[in-house]
Amino acid sequence: MNLSLGLDLFPLTAAILVSVGCGLLGNFLVLRRLSLMGDAISHSVLPGIVIAFLLFTTRSAGVLLLGAAIAGVVTVVLVEVVRQVGRVESSAAIGVVFTVLFALGVLLIEQAAVRHADLDADCLLYGQLETLLWYGAPDDLSGLFSASTLSAIPPQIYLLCITVTIVFLGVGFLYKELRIAAFDPLLSTSLGFHATALHYLLMIMVAAMTVASFEAVGSILVIALLVCPAATARLLTDRLSVQLLLSVVIAFFCGIGGYLGATVVPGLWGKDSVNAAGAIATVAGGLLAIGLLVAPRYGSLARWLRHRRNTSAIAIDDLLTTLYRVAESGGDRCSFEDLKAGWSGPKLHQVIASASRRGMIAVEGGPLSLTPNGRQRAEELIRRHRLWEHYLVDEASIPADHVHDTAEVLEHIEAIDPADEIGTPNRDPHGKPIPPKHEEG
Amino acid sequence: MTVSFRSKGQRSVGLAEHPEHSALSPLSIHSMTVAYHRKPVLWNVDYDAPGGRLIAVVGPNGAGKSTLIKACLGLIPRASGEVEFWGQPHAKVRSRVGYMPQRETIDWDFPVSALDVVCMGRYRKIGWCRPVTRKHKAVAMEFLDRVGMADQANRQIGQLSGGQQQRVFLARALAQEADLYFMDEPFAGVDAATEEAIVEVLRELRNSSRTIIVVHHDLSTVSTYFDDAILLNMRIVAAGAVEEVMTRENLHKTYGGRLTLLSEAAVNLARIGDGAQPS
Repeated sequence: MNLSLGLDLFPLTAAILVSVGCGLLGNFLVLRRLSLMGDAISHSVLPGIVIAFLLFTTRSAGVLLLGAAIAGVVTVVLVEVVRQVGRVESSAAIGVVFTVLFALGVLLIEQAAVRHADLDADCLLYGQLETLLWYGAPDDLSGLFSASTLSAIPPQIYLLCITVTIVFLGVGFLYKELRIAAFDPLLSTSLGFHATALHYLLMIMVAAMTVASFEAVGSILVIALLVCPAATARLLTDRLSVQLLLSVVIAFFCGIGGYLGATVVPGLWGKDSVNAAGAIATVAGGLLAIGLLVAPRYGSLARWLRHRRNTSAIAIDDLLTTLYRVAESGGDRCSFEDLKAGWSGPKLHQVIASASRRGMIAVEGGPLSLTPNGRQRAEELIRRHRLWEHYLVDEASIPADHVHDTAEVLEHIEAIDPADEIGTPNRDPHGKPIPPKHEEG
Repeated sequence: MTVSFRSKGQRSVGLAEHPEHSALSPLSIHSMTVAYHRKPVLWNVDYDAPGGRLIAVVGPNGAGKSTLIKACLGLIPRASGEVEFWGQPHAKVRSRVGYMPQRETIDWDFPVSALDVVCMGRYRKIGWCRPVTRKHKAVAMEFLDRVGMADQANRQIGQLSGGQQQRVFLARALAQEADLYFMDEPFAGVDAATEEAIVEVLRELRNSSRTIIVVHHDLSTVSTYFDDAILLNMRIVAAGAVEEVMTRENLHKTYGGRLTLLSEAAVNLARIGDGAQPS
C-alpha cells in the first residue's frame, strides 16, 4: 500500500506538528518534575473547551483555546489551593483536581452532545487523525486534494500550525527565562523573572498545545508526547539546549513512525489500519524504553557494563595485592587452593584467567606468581593502601586495627594520591613498609 | 473607604516616615512580621544593615534565618512591615541586590553546566528575551576563574563535588555584581579549603565596600569570619559588631537551653584566639 497525497498528507502533517509541539514543551514539564501536571492539564482543559463551546456555540479555534487556557490556569491554581488547604503533597492534589475536572468535562460533553451533534466525545478523548479529511470531502477523498486549494486545508491544520509556531517562538524567546525559573525559582524571582508567572505561562502554552492536539491524538495520548520525547532526550545529553533539539527530533520521528506504523505497516499484511494516535504514543514509549536501555551514559546497559568492568578490575586488583602480600611474607608462589581459602570476591577462576590474559600474573602448572607488570601494579595499590591507613590513623584518628577495610576501598581511587597530602612515610601504622611510587614511563 | 485610604497612604510614604531608618543603609527592615500557615516565623523585626560589612545571621534551626532573607527579597509574602534598600523598594534596585539560595533548593540533576549556572547571574543585565551570547559567557568565565573553577566550566553541575558546587554558586553571585548580597549557608557541605576560599572572596567583596549578609551555622567561626552578627530567634535578639553581640547571655537568649557546652566553649576559644577576654 502506498501513501496517497490526499489521504495521508494532512493527518501526517498533524501528527508531526502535535508531536514536535508537545515534545518541546514537555522538556520543561519533565525538568520541573511536573509530568503529572501535563497529564492533569491535558485532561482538565476538557470542561474548559466544552463550556466555551456551550457558551458561544461555536467551534472556532479562538474560543476553544481561550476556554482551554482558562481551564489550564484554573487547574494550576486549584492544585495549589488543594495542596495548601489540604496539606497534601502536590501529586495527590493534582490527582484530585484533574480527575474531578475531567469527570465534569465528560458529563458536560455527554449532555452537550445530545443537543450539538458536532461535539464528539470519542474524537476529543481518543483522537481521530484520520478524520482530518472528513471536513474537506466526506464523499470523494482523492478527488479533493488533487486540486490542492488552500481552502481545502482542514482548519485543524491551521490551528496546529499557529499553535506550534507560538510554542516554538515562546520557548525560543523565553529560553533563558524558562531555564532559570525551572532551575532556581528563588534566584529567578529575585532577579525579576517571576518564576510563578513563568510557570503559569508554561501551563497556558501546555493547555493551548493540548487543545490544538485534541482532534489529532486526543487528550489522553497528549501526555505520552509531553513526557516521552523529553525524557528520552534527557537520557542522551547533559545540556538543555541539546536536549530541546533532540526532543524535537525524537518527537518528529514519533509522529512519522507512529503514523506510518498505523496506516502503512498493517497494510503490508493486508490488515486494516489502526488508530494512529495510539501508534504514535506507542512509538514514543518504545523510543523511551530503548533510550532507558542503551543510552550511552544513563542507560541500564551502560550502567551494567560500567558496574561489571569495575567489579572485575577490583577483583583483579585484589588478586594482585593478595599475591603481593604472600610474596612479602616469604612465600614466592601461591597455590590455587591457598588463594581459594581466603577469597571472597567473584569467581576466582575467571579473575585468574583475566589477570593472566593481561599479563599481570604467571600461571605455571599450578602455583601463581606476579609478573613484573603485575608486581608494579600491586606495589602501587599496596602503596596507596598503606598511605591511606597512615592517613586514617594520623589525620582522622581512627584506631589502627580499624583502618584496613576502609583503606581496601580507598586504594582503588585512582584520582587521589594520599602522598600529596601526607608526604611519603616509610611504614604504615602496622609497621609494614610502604613501597615507593613508580615513576611514569 | 477610610481603610483603603489609610493603607494606600502608608505604602506611598514608605520608611521616610520612620526617621530611625537611614536612606543610606543598604538594607532597612521596619517592624517586619512573617507567618506560615498563620504561625509567626518572624516577629516584628527591625534592622538597619551598616554598609561595607560582613554580617552573619545566626540562630537555632527554625529561627527564621532563611525566612528573613526570602521575606526581604519578596520571595515570600510579609504579613506586615516594610523593607527598603538604600531607601528604595526591592523592585527598583534588583540589579544591586545579589542572592545565593540554600543548596537544598537546587535540583542537581538539571542539565546545566557550571558555566551555564554562572551565566544566570548575568540574566538581569542581559534582560528579557535576549539570548546569552559568547560575550556574556566570556564574562561568566572570568568569575568562574576567580573561584578557581574555570577548568570545570563544562561539567554538568551534579558531577561536581559539594565544595565545587558551592564555588560555582559563589561565582554566580559574583557575576551579579551587586552591592548587597544575601547568602543562605554558603558553607554548607564544603571542605575546609573551600570554606577558606569562600571567606577570602567574601572579604574581598567587603573590602570593595559591598555588604554581605550570610546565614551561618558554625558559631565557632562567627567572630573570625564576620564583622557583624544578627542573633535571630523569631525576633532579633541582638545585632551589631561581633565582639559586642556574641556574648554568653545573648547566645543563651537566642538558643535557649539548646546551646551545648561544646559550642559555648568553641565561641569562647574563638574569642580568646581573637585576643578578647573570655566572658
